[in-house]
Amino acid sequence: MDTTAHHGTANERAPASAPRLTLSGISKSFPGVRALHNVSLSLYPGQVTALIGENGAGKSTLVKIMTGIYQPDAGEIGIDGEATTLPSAHAAFGHGITAIHQETVLFDDLSVAENIFLGHAPRTRFGTIDWRMMRKNAREVLETMRAGHIDADARLKDLGIANKHLVAVARAMSIDAQIVIMDEPTAALSMKEIEELFLLIEFLKSEGKAVLFISHKFDEIYRIADRYTVFRDGEMVGEGLLKDTGQNEIVRMMVGRSVDHIFPRREPQIGGPVLSVAGLSHPTEFDDIGFELRKGEILGFYGLVGAGRSEVMQAISGITRTSRGTISLEGKAIAPKSAADSIDAGIVYVPEERGKQGVVIGLPIFQNVSLPSLARTSKSGMLRLAEEFALARSYTERLDLRASSLSQDVGTLSGGNQQKVVIAKWLATAPKVIILDEPTKGIDIGSKAAVHGFMAELVSQGLSVIMVSSELPEILGMSDRVVVMREGRIAATYDNKGLDAETLVRTAAGIAA
Amino acid sequence: MKALLKYRELWLLAGIVVLISLISTRFPGFADPANLRQVFNDTSILMILALGQMVVILTRSIDLSMASNLCFTGMVVAMLNAAHPAIPIPVLVVIALLVGLVLGAINGLLVWRLNIPSIVVTLGTLTIYRGATFVLSGGAWVNADQMSPEFINFQRAALLGIPVLSWIAILVIALFFLVMTRTATGRSIYAIGVNPTASVYAGIDVGRTKFIVFCISGMIGGLAGYLWISRYVIASVEVANGYELNIIAACVIGGISIAGGIGSVGGAVLGALFLGIISNALPVINISPFWQMAISGSAIILAVVLNARGERRQGRIILRKAEAA
Amino acid sequence: MTDTPAPRRIPDRLDKPLSSAIFSWEALLIVIAVAIFAVNSFASPYFFDPWSLSDLTFNFTEKGLIALAMALLIISGEIDLSVAAIVALASTLMGMAVQAGAGTPVLVLIGIVVGLGCGAFNGLLVTRFGLPSIVVTIGTMSLFRGIAFIILGDQAYKGYPESFAFFGQGYVWWVFSFELALFLVAAVIYWFLLHRTSFGRRVLAIGNNPVAAQFSGVRVGRIKFILFCLTGLMSGIASVLITSRLGSTRPSIAQGYELEAITMVVLGGVSILGGAGSILGVVLAAFIMGLVTFGLGLLNVPGIVMSIFIGLLLIIVIALPIVWRRLREGRFA
Repeated sequence: MDTTAHHGTANERAPASAPRLTLSGISKSFPGVRALHNVSLSLYPGQVTALIGENGAGKSTLVKIMTGIYQPDAGEIGIDGEATTLPSAHAAFGHGITAIHQETVLFDDLSVAENIFLGHAPRTRFGTIDWRMMRKNAREVLETMRAGHIDADARLKDLGIANKHLVAVARAMSIDAQIVIMDEPTAALSMKEIEELFLLIEFLKSEGKAVLFISHKFDEIYRIADRYTVFRDGEMVGEGLLKDTGQNEIVRMMVGRSVDHIFPRREPQIGGPVLSVAGLSHPTEFDDIGFELRKGEILGFYGLVGAGRSEVMQAISGITRTSRGTISLEGKAIAPKSAADSIDAGIVYVPEERGKQGVVIGLPIFQNVSLPSLARTSKSGMLRLAEEFALARSYTERLDLRASSLSQDVGTLSGGNQQKVVIAKWLATAPKVIILDEPTKGIDIGSKAAVHGFMAELVSQGLSVIMVSSELPEILGMSDRVVVMREGRIAATYDNKGLDAETLVRTAAGIAA
Repeated sequence: MKALLKYRELWLLAGIVVLISLISTRFPGFADPANLRQVFNDTSILMILALGQMVVILTRSIDLSMASNLCFTGMVVAMLNAAHPAIPIPVLVVIALLVGLVLGAINGLLVWRLNIPSIVVTLGTLTIYRGATFVLSGGAWVNADQMSPEFINFQRAALLGIPVLSWIAILVIALFFLVMTRTATGRSIYAIGVNPTASVYAGIDVGRTKFIVFCISGMIGGLAGYLWISRYVIASVEVANGYELNIIAACVIGGISIAGGIGSVGGAVLGALFLGIISNALPVINISPFWQMAISGSAIILAVVLNARGERRQGRIILRKAEAA
Repeated sequence: MTDTPAPRRIPDRLDKPLSSAIFSWEALLIVIAVAIFAVNSFASPYFFDPWSLSDLTFNFTEKGLIALAMALLIISGEIDLSVAAIVALASTLMGMAVQAGAGTPVLVLIGIVVGLGCGAFNGLLVTRFGLPSIVVTIGTMSLFRGIAFIILGDQAYKGYPESFAFFGQGYVWWVFSFELALFLVAAVIYWFLLHRTSFGRRVLAIGNNPVAAQFSGVRVGRIKFILFCLTGLMSGIASVLITSRLGSTRPSIAQGYELEAITMVVLGGVSILGGAGSILGVVLAAFIMGLVTFGLGLLNVPGIVMSIFIGLLLIIVIALPIVWRRLREGRFA
C-alpha cells in the first residue's frame, strides 16, 4: 500500500467537505452508571476516524446509539446536515448506518447471500423473496469488493472469521451504506487478513464512505485513519488529525496521565524445569508439541491467531483430549482428563474469553473466587462462608479490585476488574503453573499494568507462568523466553535477549529472514 | 439451501421407506397405495399440528398448549353446530381459526410483552384452556347425534379419490413451505432461531415475530380442533389429552432442533408420518396398541441421538489449511 | 508502576439482610399463602380443622417430594418431564412384585431402585451423549409409561399388603401423616444440599454458566448425572407413597404430575432458565398449590376447573413482578 498516496488524499479532503454524520451533546445514563456525557463526534465522507479509549470509556455505548439500539438521553444526531432520530436498528440501517463488530453478528446457518440481504431481500412481483436475484446481487457485491472468492451459496458457518467480516461489509455495501462502523475488526485476524481489510477500507474511502474505526492498536490507527477522537470515562477529551498528533499525546488523553514503564522491571530467579511436554499431538489441532517450563519463569507463547496455542494449553489443562504425547509436572507424569484433574495436579488455565469462560455471572464475587477451591474452604461438604470471604478478601485486595462489596454480582464489574476476579480465583488454588491466555486482551491500560505487575510478583514467589499473547509489546516486555507456534506446530523457541518484534513476526508467519 | 429437504430429512425418508417395507413383509397389503393414502389421511391432523409447532420451536420457543387449544376450539364449533346446524361449514372453519388465533395470541402476548419464557406461559395455558372447555360445556359431551351431517361429512368427502382432510393437509403443507422459504417473515423465523442478537441488529423485530409465530400455532390448533372433532365425531374435555407430546415428538423425529433455527417443513411432515405409520401398523401386525407409547418414546430418543451426532461441532482444523490463504 | 496506595478494604456485604428479605420472592409467597388460607377459612366451614388441614397436606406432599429434586435439576439448567412416568413404572413393577408375593420391605426397595434406575438412564443420555434434556425426557416419559402400559394394559394391580399402606395412609403423631413428615425431612435435607454444601454451590454455578464452571474445575457432567438420579429417586419414593395411599396400581397413575411439579418449582421462584432459586420458595409454592386445590375441592369444584386456577396462579405470579416493575418505571411498552 502506497503510504504517500494515503496521506495525500487525507490532506486534500480534510476540512473542506461537510460531515456525513454528526453527534452533538450526546448523553446516556443507565441505572447507577453515566455511560456518556455531552459527547460529540463527526464522521466525514471518504475519511476514516479512529475512536480511541479504554474499556468502559463509552465507545460501545456510542456505537449502540449510532446503530439505533439505544436512544440518547440528550443530544442531537444529524445525517447530511439534517437532524434525525434513530429509534431502532432498522431505522439506522435505513439511513445507511452499518456496523461490523468483533464477534460477527450474522447468521451461521444461513447462506452468504441471505446474510447479505437479510431484511432487504429483492422481491418478486408477488412480494415473495426472489432467491435467484438475491444470489446474483450477492455475487455482484462481492465482486465489487474484490471478494469474489467467497461462494454466495456457502453457509456462513463454513467461513473463517476474515471472510465473515467481508460478508458483513458486503451487507453494508448492499444497501450502499454511507456510514460504516468497525468495532475492533482486526481482533481475530492474521497479518495477511489485516492487510486485506485495510485494502477494503481504502476502497470504502474511495467510494466516499465515512468510516469509524474503533481500535486500541496504535500501529493500525496510524496506518489507516485520518482523524481521531479520544474518549475517557464517558467524555470526549480530544480530537484532531493524526498527522499532527503523536502517540504519547493520545495515550495521555486516554489515560489522563503519562504512561511510562508499562512493564515491571524484574530480576528473574529461574530454577529447573517444572513442566515438561513432549510429543503432544491432537488429530486436527496441533502436532508434536514439546517444550519445557522452568520454575520462576514467564514463558511467552506467540503466534498468529489460529496457530493452535490455546488448543495446546487446553489440552495441557485437561479440557481437551490428546491423541498422544506426555506431560510431566515436577517430574511426575500426569494425564488430566478434565479441568478438575489438572487443577488438582497444580496447573490452572485462565481462559481467553473472560465473559464466557472465566467468570460465572450471576454469582457474587466471593463465590466466583472460591469456586475451584470449595474442597478446601468447606468442611465435609458443608460450606463455610467465613473461610470463603477470607479467601476472597485476601486475593482481591492483593489485586487491587475495585468493587463495592464482595457480595456484589461479578457481572456488574468492568472488564478489567472481572479479569482480576478470574486471576484471584486461580491464585487461590495455590497452583504451581498458571497458564494465562491473552490475559490483557480488551482491558484498559490501568488494569493491564496491574495484571503485569502481579505476574511479576507471582514468579518472584516461585510460581511458573505460561503467557499466551498476540500483543508483541507484551510478549517482549514480559517473557523470559518465547515459543512461537505456527499452524499447529512449534516454529521456534527464543531466549528473550536481544529478541525483536520482526523476528517473532517472521517466524510466526513463516517468512524467511 | 432448500428448506424442503436436507440430508437429515433424506435419511428420515429412507427410514420411513425401510419401515414400510419391513411392515409389508408381515402384512403385504400395507404398502398398497390405497393403504398408504389411508395412512396419510389418518396422519393429516398430526402433520398440520407438527407444522404449527415447528414454527414455534424454530424461534427457540415451545407451545405446550396446542392440544388444549384444539380441545377448546373443537368444543366451540361442536356446540355451535349442535345448536345452529344451519351455519355453513366454511364459516365454522373460519370461526375455529379465529378462536384458535385468539388463544394463540394470548400466549404470544405474554411472551412478547411480558417476556415470560414460553415454557412457563404454555404450561399455564395448557391447563387453563382445557379447564375452560369444561366451563364452556359444563362437562357435557357433544356426540355424533348432535352434529349435523354436513359437519361430519365435510372432511370425509372425496375429491379426486382423496378425502378433503388430506387435501387440507396438503394445502397447509404447501402454504407453510411458501411462507418459510419465500416470505421475509419466514426467513425472520429462521434468523431468530439461529441468532437472536444478530436478528435485532438486522432490523428484525424479534418480539413481534414470536407473537406472530404463536398466532400461527394458535390458528393451527383451531383448525385442528374442527378437524379432530369432525373426524372422531366427539367433543369432550378429554379430547387430545396429552397429545401435545405427540406433536413435539413428531417435530423432534423430523429433525427440528429444540435449540432453534434448524428444521424444515419436509422434516415436520416426515416426522409426523413416521409416528402415523407406527400407529397404523401396530394393529395390523398384531401388536397391542399398548406398545405404541413405548415405541414412540424409543423413536424420539433414537431420533435425538442421531440428530445430535449430525449437529456435533468439530474441533478446530488447524494442522492443514482449511481455507485458501 | 506508580506509588502503591494501601490495599482497599472491600466489605463482605453491603445490603441490609432485612430489607432484601422483605422484598424477596419467598415473602411474596408467604403473603399469597396467608391470603389464600384466609379465603379458604371464610369460604368453607370445614377448612379450619386440624384433621382437615392434615388431609390438605396429602394434596402436595407427594408432588412436593418430586418438586424438591426437580428444583435442583432446573437450577442446573436441565429439566425432567418423565417423573410422572417413572412413578407409573415403579408402581407397576411394585404391583408385579406383589403378585409374586413380595413383602413390604421388598416393595419399597423396588420402588426406590426403579426410580433411581430410570433417573440414571435419563442422566446417562443427557450427560454422556450431550442431548437436550427436554426432548430426552419427553422420549423417556413415553418410554417408561409405555412399558407400564405394556405390562398392565388396562388392568390394575391390587392386593398390597396391609403394612404397605402405612406410607401413604399412616400417621406419625396426631394429625401429622407419614407423608408430611417425610416431605418436611426431605425439604430440610434439600435445603442443606442446595444452600449449605459445596455440591449445591456447584449446582448454582453450573446453572449460571456451565462453561465457566467447567473451566473452574466443576465436574459438570458428574453433577448433572447425580441430579437426574436424585430426581428419579424422589419419583421412586413418591411412587411408593402414592401406590400405598391408593392401594392399587394403574398405568395411568400420576398423570400430569410432572407439570404440577414443574409448576411448584417455577412458582417457588426458581428461574426456568436456571441459576437461581430457593428450597423455601418451592416448599411455600407446594403449600400454596395444596391450599388452592384443597380449598376448591371443599367447594366441590371439579378437578379440571381447579387446574384453571393453578394455570392462572402460575402466570399471574410470574407476571406480577414484571408488571409491577414496568408500572414503577412508568412504561408499558
